[in-house]
Parts: sequence; C-alpha cells; structure tokens
Amino acid sequence: MSDAASREVRGATQGVAVEMTGLRRSYGDVHALDGLDLHIDPGELVVLLGPSGCGKTTALRILAGLETQDAGTISVGGRDLSHVSANKRDMGMVFQAYSLFPHLTVLDNVAFGLKLRGRSRAERRTRAGDMLDLVGLGTQKDRYANQLSGGQQQRVALARALAIEPSVLLLDEPLSALDAKVRVQLRDEIRRVQRDVGTTTLFVTHDQEEALAVADRVGVMKDGRLDQIAPPAELYSTPATPFVAEFVGLSNRVPARVAGEIAEVLGTRVPVLAGSATGAGLALVRPEAVSFAPDPEGEARIVSISFLGPVSRATATLADGTEVLAQLASSAGHRLQVDDRVRVEVEPRPVLVVGA
Amino acid sequence: MNGSALWRALRWLLLLLFAAFFLLPLAALLDFSTKVPGTDERSGAAWQALAQDPTMTEGITTSLQLALLTVVGMVVLLVPTMIWVRLRVPAASRLVEFLCLLPLTIPPLVIVVGIKNVYAWVNYLVGDSPLTLAFVYVVLVLPYSYRAIDAALGGLDVRTLAEAARSLGAGWSTVITRVIVPNIWPGILAASFVSVALVLGEYTVSSLLHYDTLPVVIVLLSKSNAPESMAAALASILFAALLLVALSFLDRRRRTSEGK
Repeated sequence: MSDAASREVRGATQGVAVEMTGLRRSYGDVHALDGLDLHIDPGELVVLLGPSGCGKTTALRILAGLETQDAGTISVGGRDLSHVSANKRDMGMVFQAYSLFPHLTVLDNVAFGLKLRGRSRAERRTRAGDMLDLVGLGTQKDRYANQLSGGQQQRVALARALAIEPSVLLLDEPLSALDAKVRVQLRDEIRRVQRDVGTTTLFVTHDQEEALAVADRVGVMKDGRLDQIAPPAELYSTPATPFVAEFVGLSNRVPARVAGEIAEVLGTRVPVLAGSATGAGLALVRPEAVSFAPDPEGEARIVSISFLGPVSRATATLADGTEVLAQLASSAGHRLQVDDRVRVEVEPRPVLVVGA
Repeated sequence: MNGSALWRALRWLLLLLFAAFFLLPLAALLDFSTKVPGTDERSGAAWQALAQDPTMTEGITTSLQLALLTVVGMVVLLVPTMIWVRLRVPAASRLVEFLCLLPLTIPPLVIVVGIKNVYAWVNYLVGDSPLTLAFVYVVLVLPYSYRAIDAALGGLDVRTLAEAARSLGAGWSTVITRVIVPNIWPGILAASFVSVALVLGEYTVSSLLHYDTLPVVIVLLSKSNAPESMAAALASILFAALLLVALSFLDRRRRTSEGK
C-alpha cells in the first residue's frame, strides 16, 4: 500500500498491467512451466523466487519473447503479446551475464535502443545521459564495458533497459555475478530507480533475502507453478505451504500436536495457520520465535553458538534428539555456552504444522 | 642480470635468423629480377615490363578481382552461418566445423578432378570467365577463415549480446551487422587476409582449369622471361604484405573512431 502511495507522490504511475495465463513449457520430459498464472499490477515490482530449475527464468524469458510457450497467453497493457517476437515487445531486460556491447561506449550502449527507434542524435544523447545520471554513472559515459566494474556494468545495463521507456522491465538475476556488498547496494538502487520511473517490473532471483528486500510482492515458484504470491512480510509470517515456509527464511521442524486452531509446541500453545495438518505433526517455527533460557533442569542442551554481529544463532538438541535453531540478540547469546542446559521457549506466533 | 642479458641476446639472434630466413629469398628475387642476364649490369626492364605486359596485367587484375570476390563470398557465406549456428542450432556446430575443415583434407588435385564436372555446368550457366574460380576459392579458404572467425566468436558471449540487442528492438539482421560483426571484426579481417593470401598464391586449381591467374602467368612467364616472372613474384609478395599492414591499420582506425 505504502508503495502505491509513494509512487503517486512522485507522479510516475505510467506502468501497465501484465497478465500471464496458463503458461506451459516443456524441455523434453521436464516441465519447466506447468500452467503458470501471474498477474502484475501497473508499476508493481514482482519477484519470482525459487530454487534453480523451478521455472522462474523460463517464465521471464517467455515474457521477454526470448522463448516460446507451448501453451498459454501473455498480455501487457491489454495487448496480446503471446506470439509477438522479442524485438517488438518493447521490454527492457537486464541479464545475469554482463551484456554491454563491448564495441560501444557506455553512452552509445544506453543510446542503442533509441537509435533503433530512429530518435535524433541530440535526443539520444540527452536521454542516455539522463538515464546514466539516474544510475549514478553520468561521469563514466565515454568508457567501454571492459573499463567498468561488474556493478557498474549492471547499472549501465539497467540504464540501457530503461532508456527505451519499456512497458515492462525484466531483471534476470541481475545481481548474481556481483560480490555481496555491491549486491546489497545495487538491489536498493534498483528498487529506488524502479520507484522513480514507475515501470512494471518482473525480477527473478534465487536469493530470498534479495526477493524480500525489493519486492512489492514475492511469488515463490516450485515445479513450474506458483506456490504462493504475497507481499514479503505476509509471505514470511503466514506461509501457505511447507515449501514456502522452508524456502523463505529458516525454519525449525519441531514436534507438535494440533487440536482445532491451536497447536501445542514445546509446551506453548500457538495458533496454527490455514493449511496445517491436524493431530500429531511438525510445526515450522522461525528461529527468531525460539529462545533459550539457561536452566540447570532444562531438557535441552546447547550444541553450537555462532556470533553474527547484531544477532547470534544457537542450536540446542531436545531430549528426543530434535535440533532446534534459535536466533537471539547477541547480548542473550553471550550468556550461553556450548553444553549448557537450557529451557526452550517458543513465542506464540502463528505457525504452519505439517504431517509428521 | 646476466641471465636476462643472455636472454635478450638470444632473442635478437633468433629474430635475425628468422629475418634472414624470410628476407634472403626476397633479396635474391630482387637481385635476380634487376639483373640483365649474362652481364653484371642492372636494369629495371623486368619491372617495367610488369606494367606493360598485357598477359601480366591481366593476370594481376584477375587475381585481385578473384581475391575480392572470394573475400566477399566467404564473409557473406560464413559469418551469418556461424553466428546463426551459435545462436540457434549449437548442436550443428560440429557438423559445420567438419564441413569447413573438409577442403583441407582433400588434395587440391582431387578437388580439381571432381570440380571439373561441376565447372562444365558453372561455365554453361554463368559463362567462362576466370572469375568463376571464386566458387572454388570460397571452398578452399573455408578451413582457414572458419578458424579465424570461430576464435573471434569464442571470445564473445554471442547469445547474451544477441538477446540484449533483441530486447532493445533489434531484428536479426541488425543483431548481426550492428552488434556481433563489429565485435568479431578482427577475426573477419584475419579471415579475409588469409583468403587474399591464398587466392593470390593459388596455382593448382586455376592452372588445371586453364585460367590465367597471376601465379599461372608467373609460371608461364618464367619459362620465357625469368627476370620478369621473378619481379612479378616479388611484387605479389610485397603487395600481400602491404595489404596486411593496410588491413591492420583499418582495424585500428575503426577502433579509435568508435570513441567519438
């Protein structure tokens, strides 16, 4: 909601809606897409998240027109694009591999799409310069790709994709080839730029942190279809399926007993989410909902502690051998030591319970 | 210190050896072509005759035209094919490579015997010009051109560049001419040069098919006027060397002018 509001403040809601319906695509016996339905609102940034081979990249490439669907339709802004070739779809794309044209300067790279559209030289230079300013590379316009760092190359690629004022922006794991620090910087920048221009965007990644950080909505894919699509916070707090619960963030599998709307997890009564099993099962509990209280009589024993700066992660084994991971404030983590006896406490946040 | 001085001396020695190996025959050619047979006098008659002898000028023109036609034919045939194979049918790349290397494994004599039958038809359809030799020459230069272009393409992420260009609105012909070709230009130049060198020196096929190209004329002439034929041989070598220098300059100019 707040995203839509901020877009309106900036007056940049020229995005168009994207509708993908019943997309299927097989490679031999492998069903990369198995009836994918996806709707993207105008100006929205949707991330497709999933393990490798789940079909997310295939979905993006089909939307780009770089691959053809076996069945299903694609419409953008109400226009049916199902059988339009890639160069007539008017979509800007940033690739995982560096894709700047090596024989052109940064400025000429960004102006390439405008040149194909027959814009005048002056207009091309102005627009390309503006786009480079937008991604913070206004001073590098006379350089060649091999003189830029990986992060800079991907910024130029983003500027080049946006220069043509695409109806849809497609980002195919644009950060995967970069190192961790640049990755975080650039993902925030992509989000800022996308908000500024208001272009409807599909972003594909296998990195759940990246997905949660940039998305308006995250779609988790498994076996060629969407398991769940929801705003990041909702996806994290109320996962619809065990796969989503375990793929997005970390989860403990703790024995639980469900009666009605309530599960009993390690002695705590916790509300259960829709779609949970009944009777005996395993509750998927987030590490930050677990805490360890030092207690000589406690039934659990600490087996490892790792310090991660602001937080620490500790693992304890229960009497029955189940391992439980807790994420603690580092101040609390300091008080624990390996082999300490502890009592495991669970916060009463809603959990998903799966059949044992 | 001592070792590096020794190393440098060795390098110079090797360079001189190679220079002598290449330059001595050329010097000998020059010497012979400027001698008046049977005397100690020097004369430029053989070199003058080069420009005046109609058989010779015709041979030179024919060979140059053939070189040009062969390069054009090779580029038009090979470059789009190789790019296309890389982009769309990578499985066929082995087959294309095999086909391109095939002319290397077949002796020229065998090619000529086989091609004579084909040429009956070629002559019937497009006439009896020596320029029809370009068809064979395009085949003969395939192995060398293929290597040069393949190496250039190998250094490029052709697939991603093509997809990026297409998403920006480029059709296939634009992808090839404005994105891929400029980036494999050095490879295309190398392929072109090898082709030119090969065509200017090709004797077997043209002689057996009875066409008077430069090498055929040189050999013929050596039987009647040895100094002139030597002058022609040296001239064609120098010409090829000049062409190489010119082509590499062309490449450098193009690169610096892209910066604007």
